[in-house]
Amino acid sequence: MLVEDKKRTAHKAVVTRVLEGDGRASRVARRAAFDNAGLTEPLRTLIDKVARQPTRVTNEDVAAVKASGESEDQIFELVVCAAIGQATRQYETALEALAEAMTGEKRSEHASEDSQ
Amino acid sequence: MRLKILNSGYGFGTKVLFAFIHMVSRHPVPDAAKLVFYRPDFYGAPMKEFTHLAMRGPSAWSVGDRELMAAFVSKINACAFCIAAHTATAARAYQDEAKVSAVLSDLETASIEEPLRAMLRLLGKLTRAHAVSADDMRALLAAGVSREQIEDALAVCLAFNTTDRLADAFGFFVPGPKAFEAGAKFLLRRGYR
Repeated sequence: MLVEDKKRTAHKAVVTRVLEGDGRASRVARRAAFDNAGLTEPLRTLIDKVARQPTRVTNEDVAAVKASGESEDQIFELVVCAAIGQATRQYETALEALAEAMTGEKRSEHASEDSQ
Repeated sequence: MRLKILNSGYGFGTKVLFAFIHMVSRHPVPDAAKLVFYRPDFYGAPMKEFTHLAMRGPSAWSVGDRELMAAFVSKINACAFCIAAHTATAARAYQDEAKVSAVLSDLETASIEEPLRAMLRLLGKLTRAHAVSADDMRALLAAGVSREQIEDALAVCLAFNTTDRLADAFGFFVPGPKAFEAGAKFLLRRGYR
C-alpha cells in the first residue's frame, strides 16, 4: 500500500508539473493538449494523433504547427502533455473499474478502504 | 527526431555526458535517453522517478514480467523503438528470448502462467480501447491476479502508453539490435532513474 501510494504520488507529480509548473506554452494550452480538447488547427491534428494514433504523426504535422507560430519548446511541452493526458485517462478509467470490481466483490468489508 | 531541440538543444554538461556514454557503451545516446535529458525539470526528472518505481520498485511481478508488459503494450501501440528496447530487456531479464517472442507473436498460445496472460490481455485491451470495465477486472481477479498486482501492472501500462506516444510523435531513431542489447544491459543494471 505504501509503495502503491508512492507510485500514485509520483504520477501526480508528473501531471502537476507539466500542467501547472512554469513552461513556454501557456497553462491553458497545456491543459487543452492534455485533455485533447478545445484546440484549433493545425495543433488539433497533431495533438489528436499523439493521443489516438501516434504512429500517424508526420513531419508535415509538426511543420504545420511550427508555421502557425509555435516554437519547438512549446511543441515539445504540448506533445508531452498530450501523451501524458491520454495515458492518464486510461490509467484512471482502469483504476475506477478495479475499485468497482473490488467493492462489488468484498461489499461492506473493505468499502471504506476502497472509496478513499 | 522531429524537433531540432531534441537533437542539439543541450547544455555543455549534458553534451559531455552524451559523449562519455557514447564512448563507454560504443553506441550513440538513444533518443529515449535524449528525451529525458531535455529540460529535465519539465518532464524527464519527474517521469524517470515514476517509471523507475513502476519498473523496478517492489512488486509481485518480476522485472522480466514488467519488461514483458512494456514490450507487449508497445507492440499494441506499434511503437518500433519501444518494442525493440523492451523485447531485448525482457529477454535478458528472463534469460529466455523464446518466451518473450512467443508472447509477442501470440499471447493466447504462449506457454506462460495464466495470471500473467490474463494481466497482459487486460493491458492489451486498455491500450487498444482506452478503457476496461469492472467485469474485465473481475475476470482478472478470478484468474488469480491480486489487486496490488493489477495496480502495479497499470502503472507499467501508464508509463509505456506515455513513452510510446512520445517515441512516435518525436520520431525516435530506431538503431540496430546491438544498440538495444547495450540498452537492455543498462536498464537492468541501472533502471530508469
